[in-house]
Amino acid sequence: MSEYEGILQLLSWVLIAGGTFFVVIGAIGTLRFPDFWARLHAASVTESAGVILLLAGLCLHAGWTLVSVKLIFIGLFLFITGPTSTHAIANAALVSGLRPKSQSVPTGNPDEYQP
Amino acid sequence: MIFALATFGILLAMILVLIRLIKGPTLYDRVLAVNSFGTHTVLLIGVVGFWNGRPDFLDIALLYALINFVGTIAILKFFRYRAIGDVMWTPPQKDEDS
Repeated sequence: MSEYEGILQLLSWVLIAGGTFFVVIGAIGTLRFPDFWARLHAASVTESAGVILLLAGLCLHAGWTLVSVKLIFIGLFLFITGPTSTHAIANAALVSGLRPKSQSVPTGNPDEYQP
Repeated sequence: MIFALATFGILLAMILVLIRLIKGPTLYDRVLAVNSFGTHTVLLIGVVGFWNGRPDFLDIALLYALINFVGTIAILKFFRYRAIGDVMWTPPQKDEDS
């Protein structure tokens, strides 16, 4: 069991570091992107990659215990509600008339040229 | 040691998102920042719980994730229909065809 301990420990450290990296990257993106729609993309980076990697790292650290089951529940729940809430925000913004700055959203009619 | 790094990273991310919350020009930037801040809190509770060797904080993290989602949807619904309870009227769709 001892050699697995080292590998699992190392793997959980790598996963946690990766999760933290993505969380920070997403937050930087949420702050610095010029447009709401770009920030929406950046925020969903933390919501998906950051959460899954971090929780996987914690799961490895906890091993086969009840704690890992709780972590998997949290990961499953965030996996379902993350995109849902992001979609809800995007839909609310679109309905209220907020359009992306680049206006590159295809409006459908071919003769209307958009940059 | 890795938990210290994770906690510092998550706290840094929370500060950045808070700056976006204050600066956010539109309402939806702020709702996005609040939603993202909630997810960061969930992760922070998990990591700090593991750091102190008491992983039973995860129940609180799970609950916080539930409430955060409900809160985001409630804010959006309020600003969409000016009411949280039963919606009496639907506001006119603003330039729906553009």
